[in-house]
Amino acid sequence: METIFRGPLRDARWFQIAGQSIILSIGLLFYGFGVSPAQIAAALIAALAAQWIGARLIASRFDWKSALISGLSLALLLRANDWPPFALAAALAIGSKFAIRADGRHIFNPANFAIVAMLLAGGAWTSTSEWGSAPWFALTIAALGLVSTWRASRLDAPIVYLGVYGALLLGRALYLGDPLAIPALRLSHGALILFAFFMISDPKTTPDDLKERALFVGAAALVAYVLQFHFHISDGIFYAPFLLALLRLAIGAPQRGRPYEWGRAPLNPFASPRRAAAPAE
Amino acid sequence: MTRSALKKLLVAAASAIAATAAGGAAAFCGFYVAKADTKLFNKASKVVMMRDGDRTVITMSNDYQGELKEFAIVVPVPVVLEEGQIHVTDSAIIDHLDVYTAPRLVEYFDEDPCDRRVYEKMAASPLAGESADGGRRGADSLGVTVEAEYTVGEYDIQILSAKESGGLAAWLTQNGYRLPDGAEETLGSYIRQGTKFFVAKVNLKEQANTGLKYLRPLQIAFESPRFMLPIRLGTVNADGKQEIFIFALTRSGRIETTNYRTVKLPSGMDIPVYVKDEFGDFYKAMFAEQVDREAERAVFLEYAWDMNWCDPCAADPLSNDELRELGVYWTEPVGGRERPEIMPETRDVFVTRLHVSYDAAHFPEDLMFKETGERENFQGRYVLRHPFKGAATCEAGRDYRRDLPRRFESEAQTLATLTGWDIDDIRAKMKSAGQSYTPPPRERWWERLWGRE
Repeated sequence: METIFRGPLRDARWFQIAGQSIILSIGLLFYGFGVSPAQIAAALIAALAAQWIGARLIASRFDWKSALISGLSLALLLRANDWPPFALAAALAIGSKFAIRADGRHIFNPANFAIVAMLLAGGAWTSTSEWGSAPWFALTIAALGLVSTWRASRLDAPIVYLGVYGALLLGRALYLGDPLAIPALRLSHGALILFAFFMISDPKTTPDDLKERALFVGAAALVAYVLQFHFHISDGIFYAPFLLALLRLAIGAPQRGRPYEWGRAPLNPFASPRRAAAPAE
Repeated sequence: MTRSALKKLLVAAASAIAATAAGGAAAFCGFYVAKADTKLFNKASKVVMMRDGDRTVITMSNDYQGELKEFAIVVPVPVVLEEGQIHVTDSAIIDHLDVYTAPRLVEYFDEDPCDRRVYEKMAASPLAGESADGGRRGADSLGVTVEAEYTVGEYDIQILSAKESGGLAAWLTQNGYRLPDGAEETLGSYIRQGTKFFVAKVNLKEQANTGLKYLRPLQIAFESPRFMLPIRLGTVNADGKQEIFIFALTRSGRIETTNYRTVKLPSGMDIPVYVKDEFGDFYKAMFAEQVDREAERAVFLEYAWDMNWCDPCAADPLSNDELRELGVYWTEPVGGRERPEIMPETRDVFVTRLHVSYDAAHFPEDLMFKETGERENFQGRYVLRHPFKGAATCEAGRDYRRDLPRRFESEAQTLATLTGWDIDDIRAKMKSAGQSYTPPPRERWWERLWGRE
């Protein structure tokens, strides 16, 4: 098995693309996801096109896998009345990756940046009401996410995120005297599980150091909780990493070592900085 | 929908336009014949929510049938309300909104396959409407503060704040609000969230002055960042499931629940024509079946439409005055010159109708909403297709008749799938309603493989 993962499947993005595609298919077939083929196509094509243009501009390799992942994330989480908002969102996602950088890396998770931009602009909304809290769906998403975060050596991120968020929900229920069914309902929400395994665990936009990363991801969970339950912003989970990335940009949080590189992560599921070579997008 | 059925629909639609031009009462996609309004459900509450930014107007109506002096409600509210923020309205407006948004049945009559002429007919069904709400009163102790007291319409209203649930529960019990067991914990949760309580009973003298046999809907207006509907107190007494219909009036698009799945009710299917006489049963059975299919945890979208029009119309869109009464403050009052024809006027109002069947086990948390930008129109709509009864002796006529049994069978299967009804019962009813056909023999898979002997 190790040899397979060292071979062509060494790049964790294969697992991420497969996982997201399976989840999107389940959503379309069994969950009536409100995203049309035209919208999916717009997101994917615009993401790939923007990536190609960006790669040309900075004269780097055309990295289609990351662009495809951003497009799939938008198809899963964003909703709009028509297809152009999807194309715009995908262009914003990839554009942010090339335009907003520090220490040789991009700051915002591309799809997350696009979702927040579209929410603020008012041209789109999120799919949170389409997922539900069915345990089998939550487990399927988590199982697919486990594989891809493990392969990316970022298994710690979803665990810390869901752990902190779950603890806050549990604490709230205990404080209010609510039945535990309420935190259970919230914690098994499909969109939350997807977010934890496929967005907040993005190796490119989270700190490389295990402790720093745990701090970042834990803070994202805390901010999301505060936005949702104290400011009553239902899309709090999406705003949280955006705000934290802004904060990192503002305080110029140092990034030690080399940027994360797809396919060169060690086979340790909770990796700290490693000494890899060669630049990558 | 099969291709031939679709073709017929298109033909029927085209001829419907022709009929309109000729002065016939027709709508573009079929004729409205029956609707399933909320009267079909026992213990159904109806709540209208106007929401724009933080501004909220909630209109509450339920089908309270008991003694008026026994009536009492406790509603968690985010702030202490002033007298001007409380209002009583006419239940006819909610009934109008109910009928306007109700799932509907439409019927088409197949044209003579040998001819291009079409026959149309329109039937109607009656509508009804009633509602109720109310209470009594008491004094203060136990850490409960009566923040305000008003008599509005036939209601005596108090706004309470409390320090702890035991005191509030005791106060409510002393003041004639019968609390079910287990309500204390839920009250405690609301108190810790800083919630106030709006409690109301009926003022019998004022009620007598209204001359009405029922209680009118209560309305409250406030500003709050929380877009939600408290349902938890209602689930405490656990006397089976309860039904709630939520009608949202918003500006940008339809609303949905963020903590539960919002699912569209199945719509647009061809079903056997006999359902016309039992549409209410059909709707109830179908709704129950869909609730089961979603593991009893879904909120159902029954209608989402721009308030300027409807097609087919189960009722006219609401007038500006009606909308204002329900809290749509941005529409202009029409005053004396009310216009029955609303079509040319554009108003920025989108209506969403949600239907929830809930209990504490499946809906432990209050309904939390968000307004989306989704403006796609949706309605619960079911189609009856009357076969052509004439001779139709031409080639096309023979093909048409040959195709009918297959079509009837597909309608029967659709109905069975939607409602969970027995397919043989459905076929028997179709037979007595004139949709008689020999059901195709059950084909075994190997017969499909090598053909039947």
